[in-house]
Amino acid sequence: MRNSMEIKFKAIAENEAFARNVVASFVLPLNPTLSEIDDLKTAVSEAVTNVVVHAYPNSTGYITMKVVTQNNTIAISISDNGIGIQDIEKALTPFYTSKPNEERSGMGFTVMESFMDKLEVTNNKNGVTVKMLKQIENKKENDNAVGF
Amino acid sequence: MQIKSRVVNNTLYIMLSGELDEYSASTVRKNLDTLLDTQKGFVQIVMDLSELTFMDSTGVGVLIGRYKKMRECNKPIFITNPSRNAERIFEMSGLFKIMPKIV
Repeated sequence: MRNSMEIKFKAIAENEAFARNVVASFVLPLNPTLSEIDDLKTAVSEAVTNVVVHAYPNSTGYITMKVVTQNNTIAISISDNGIGIQDIEKALTPFYTSKPNEERSGMGFTVMESFMDKLEVTNNKNGVTVKMLKQIENKKENDNAVGF
Repeated sequence: MQIKSRVVNNTLYIMLSGELDEYSASTVRKNLDTLLDTQKGFVQIVMDLSELTFMDSTGVGVLIGRYKKMRECNKPIFITNPSRNAERIFEMSGLFKIMPKIV
């Protein structure tokens, strides 16, 4: 069965826990393992942190988060209307950070890539969209494609 | 996010409890620095993460910052009891090379 949700929330650090917990609750009917829930929460937290830290340097903007589930697959999209990423390839490089003076690890996208099965980062006309896919292992044989 | 600490046999044990992300990071940085600046009588630090219920890569930045601070006074930091995901993030970022994991 296909299910979907979409929420919009302020791009502030306080909402990171909200975002990752919403995703964790939404995917529960798929019966994920605790490890899989942890992976999803970590990846969502990384994506939301990126928006909070980088997207709106001179203002407070919003994050739109969409989640689609179908059979054993979870698709998450996190978008903003911020300043965009100047060089996506560079941003995806492990340890690269555009804010080296702020004790940042530069591991955000690397963590998303490792904890999810697929990661796609695109600049839109306004802002950035991060799309991530993850399959729940114990139902892999029932796989059906899901996307946006 | 809570920070508890005690000194036993010249070792400063620090226990982080709760969630370490961008929201809590600035408070954690500030509180850890205050603790490291004021606590006396230790030559090394053990960070116990057994009660850390969530951490993303923001935590790596926080810990490396404290490592740099303690390196100046030659006090090594060790990590113990990381969650599965924290351990994966630390391994990816090479953190255990500078802050070894102990059992």
